[in-house]
Order: sequence, then C-alpha cells, then structure tokens
Amino acid sequence: MSMATASPSSSLAWTVPDTMVITWRTILRFIRLPQLLVLSTIQPVMLLLLFTYVFGGAISTQAVPMKYIQFLLPGFLVQIVVFGSTQTSVGLAEDLSRGIIDRFRSLPMSRAAVLAGRTLADALRYTFLAVLMVGVGYAIGFRFENGFGFAVGAIMLSVLFGFAFSWISAFIGMSVKDVETAQVAGFIWVFPLVFASSMFVPVESMPGWLQAFAKINPVTVTTDAMRGLCLGGPIWMHLWKSLTWIGGILVVFLTLAVNRYRRIA
Amino acid sequence: MDQDPDSTTIPTQQGRPAIFAEGLKKAFGKVKALDGVDVSVQPGTIMAMLGPNGAGKTTFVRILATLMRPDAGRAEVAGHDVLKEPQVVRSLIGLTGQYAAVDENLTGRENLEMVGRLYHIGGSLARTRAKELLDRFELSDAADRRVRTYSGGMRRRLDLAASLVARPPVLFLDEPTSGLDPRSRQALWDIITSLVKEGTTVLLTTQYLEEADRLADYIAVIDHGHVIEEGTSQYLKECCGGDVLVQLRLSDRTQTAIAGEVLSTFGDDKLQIDERAGQVSLPVVDGTAILPEVVRRLDSRGITRYDVSLRQPTLDDVFLALTGRPVEEVQAEGTAGEVHQQGRGRKR
Repeated sequence: MSMATASPSSSLAWTVPDTMVITWRTILRFIRLPQLLVLSTIQPVMLLLLFTYVFGGAISTQAVPMKYIQFLLPGFLVQIVVFGSTQTSVGLAEDLSRGIIDRFRSLPMSRAAVLAGRTLADALRYTFLAVLMVGVGYAIGFRFENGFGFAVGAIMLSVLFGFAFSWISAFIGMSVKDVETAQVAGFIWVFPLVFASSMFVPVESMPGWLQAFAKINPVTVTTDAMRGLCLGGPIWMHLWKSLTWIGGILVVFLTLAVNRYRRIA
Repeated sequence: MDQDPDSTTIPTQQGRPAIFAEGLKKAFGKVKALDGVDVSVQPGTIMAMLGPNGAGKTTFVRILATLMRPDAGRAEVAGHDVLKEPQVVRSLIGLTGQYAAVDENLTGRENLEMVGRLYHIGGSLARTRAKELLDRFELSDAADRRVRTYSGGMRRRLDLAASLVARPPVLFLDEPTSGLDPRSRQALWDIITSLVKEGTTVLLTTQYLEEADRLADYIAVIDHGHVIEEGTSQYLKECCGGDVLVQLRLSDRTQTAIAGEVLSTFGDDKLQIDERAGQVSLPVVDGTAILPEVVRRLDSRGITRYDVSLRQPTLDDVFLALTGRPVEEVQAEGTAGEVHQQGRGRKR
C-alpha cells in the first residue's frame, strides 16, 4: 500500500501536501529566529523614512504632482518584495550546503515541493512586510484613496509579484549552491530593475535610452498598477502588463528552478 | 491513505540483491570518481565500502540514492532501477550523509515527523515512529529542544533516526561516524548492528578500517574509483596481510635500517620500515616458528634492546598491501580527487 502511493505517477498528487510540510518548516524558521525578521524589517522602515524625508522635498516640488509619500509608498511595497525575494536564494543555498536538500531529494516526495514550500513561506513573509509598511506609511501621512477593496488588491498584487521574483531567486539559489555567492548573485540584478523604474521618480525624467528600458521594466508596470489601485486613476492598462510579467516569470523560472532541483548533483 | 503500521508490502523482487551496481562510471571533469564499479549486496547483510577520501565512496552512494546520475552502468535497489524508477527506490531507502542533514530550527521530534510525512507514511504514524526512534536513540529528553542546541553526536543520531522513520529495507550510511567521539561512535555501531539483525540491508562507507572490520559481513576496498579487492574481513586479512605480522619496535631508532635488513631475510616483498617510529614489520606465514631465528639474527647484528610482537594483521595492513601505500599517505593524495565536492562547498 505505502509503496503504491510513492509511484512516480502519483507523486504529482503529493505536491500540495508536501509543499505544506515545507512551508510549515520554513515559517517555523521565521518564528524561531525573530531577530532575523526584526532586522529585515528595520532596513525597509529606515529606507522609507529616508526616502520620504531626504528626497521627498526635492522631488515633490519638481516632478511629482502629489505628496511624495503618496507617490512613493505604492512602489515601495514593490521594492520591498523584490529585495525580500533575494532571501529565497540565500535560504535555499543554506539548505543545500547543510545537506538538507540532499535529504529531501532522497525522499519519495514531490520534486517541486521544496521550492514551492520555500517560495510560499516567503510570500507570507512579504504579506507581513507589506502590511507593516502600510502601517508605517499611515503614521507618516500616507492614505489609500481608492477604497478598502483596491487597497487589499494592491497588497495582493505586491505579494504575487514578490512570489514570482522568489522563483527567479530560487533558480539562482539552486544554481550557485553556496550561501556567500547567493548573497551577492541574488542582489546585483535587482538594482537596475528597482532604480530604473517609475518607483522613486517619474520615468519621463530619465534619458531616452533608459526610458525605453524603464517603460517595459516589470517593476515599472507593477508600480503603476499599484498606484492605480492605491490612489485611483488607470488600473487595467497597467495591471494586465504586470500580470503578464508575473505569469511569464512564473512559467519560465518555475520550470527552470524545478529542473535544476531535479538534476542538481 | 490507508496505512498498516506493520505492513511490509515492499516491492522487492525475489532473488535480486538488495543493492546492485554494474559497471558504474562517473567523472567530474578529468577526475574519474567511479571507473567501473560492480557491487552486489545480499538482503539483510551489511557491506562496508572502505577507502580513503576521494576514492569514490560518496559518489557511489549518491548514485544509488538517486541524487546523482551515473555516466555509464546500471544500479538497482531491491530490483528497481535507480534511473527508471527513482521514486520507488526513494521509498525503499534511507540515507544518512557525512554531516547531519537535519533542520537546526526545528526540534528533534519535529524533524522526524517532517521526514515521516515526506515519506508519506501519514501524520499519526509519523508521530508514533518519531517517538519510538527518539526513545531508542536516547534523544527523548532533548526531543522538544531545537536541534541548534544538540551536540554533534546527538545530531548524528537524529540524522540516522530520520533515515529510519519509514523503516526502509535498505539503508545507505555515508561515513556515519566520521568526526564522532569514541562513545558516540560505539552507540551508533550498536544501533547499526541491531538494525541489520532486524533485517535491514546496509551499505556503509568508511575510511575507518576498524569500523568496517567491526560491522561488515562483506568489505569492498575501493581506491581511485575501482573496487580493488573484496571479501569478508577474515578473507582480506588472509589474502593480503599474511597470517601474522612480526613487529619490532627498537629502543634505538638508528638501528631501524639494520633491523629491516635482518627481517628482510625472511621475505622482503611486504616489509614495512618506519624509521621515525623505529618500527619494522613483516607479514609471515608461521610466526612462532621463525621468531627464535629473528631474535638470534638480531642479536648477531648487535641489536638487543627492542620489543618484538606477533599480531593479527588489521585492515590497515590490508590496505597497505593492496595499494602499496599506507592509509595516511593515500588520504593526503586523495584530496585532489575531492576537489569537485569541495567546490560545491559541502564537505566540511
């Protein structure tokens, strides 16, 4: 009986329960190392305050037709999940170097569960971070202007975007295999995406060649969709582009990462 | 899922060895980790794969445990091909590696229950087995403490327990006791012995000759990706080490060379001279008969202050006889072959 359940044809059916086990295991890590969670929240809070009070004055008078915190926060939620997703590769590289991935790979469990469990747990972490940032934002003057439903939608969109980026990060973690490299490799590609976007300043203020990149940048379209959801204004024209990016990233990197997991030696 | 705790429905194929490999090859760049390895382990027995670092032991285990694909050759566990039916093989094996692959942030109990669930034995059975194993491995007191607080020996025991949660019929132990203190090592040996008594088939890799001697029914000596000799511990000692070893330890080390000269008159093909330790040894067929003659000839060369002993050859002597180099020396050169593994940052 027990063996029939472990046959390859039914291993797909185990993906959901196996993923739940790994998600649970990863969440316990967040709970039991609270200092990690606290430290990883201090940095975005500090950045939000610095951007608001250091750049806020200069930028708002020139290019942005609203209070800078209103302009900044929707994009800042995207920034948090994108930087937060770099932790996925570090966590996986750590499991790999400690031989835990070997153990999982020697078990008759779903081949996608280790990565799916990690990225799902990370999505929960993003939810926590996003809600916390909205709280800090409210304390320094941010207000949703488009109703509760869209506000929830905005947080969900940012979390979903982070989930997609976690799969890119998972692929990197499976590829570099050691923690130090994962830390560096996980970070560098994120900077151009985050800064060459509409997140901190309007795209129109950039030189033409950079605008071309910034306009198709998934971070830009998602930030624009977030602004629509949070503040009102056009939503769908940005949202479909954002969802297309998310879908595309998930399809490509889920496949790549799981393949890498299967073949890793 | 319907689970009978005592169910032993294992799709092992009658008459097939529990572990089987034929012509197994694997190269990492230019390093041939395995260069045509044939191994067959009968059900309910324990085989030790003995060799220095970099001999190919870990690579062999990783291929059999479905973690790595061979370049050539065939491997089966309980009659199931590791490449064609990997999930079936995974449900039949337990694996314990060279370092404890347990989650530091979970408790011992949580680790075992997690592995049980991932073997798909069901939540309640996983809890029952976890409790049994914690008792058996003397981890009950620490069961609800995080593994972070465990000692090295406790982690190893937990790691072994994790590979036993689903009671797999075949167990791979890759250097299970390396780096352990003697007491923890003895405890682990006792557990392994009792598992085999209960019918588990074990393949154990080790670089400790004593460990192979103590535990294994059958030993394969592996070096540079080849099995260079195999058989029972007794057979290996007889075939390659001589019946007895005459060993001289000189009080005056400067006389080592002369003593070597004397002993070589009794047969010099396996003579061992260690000038630094002032030791000379030679495997011989009939030790008690030649001993008086050895003493007389030493005396005639003016060597009078020494210890002489006759002892059973150990597997160290066997290894030396087979490879022509002592284990320590092989160890040092073996590190070159280990590069691929260190490059992955996993060997510690």
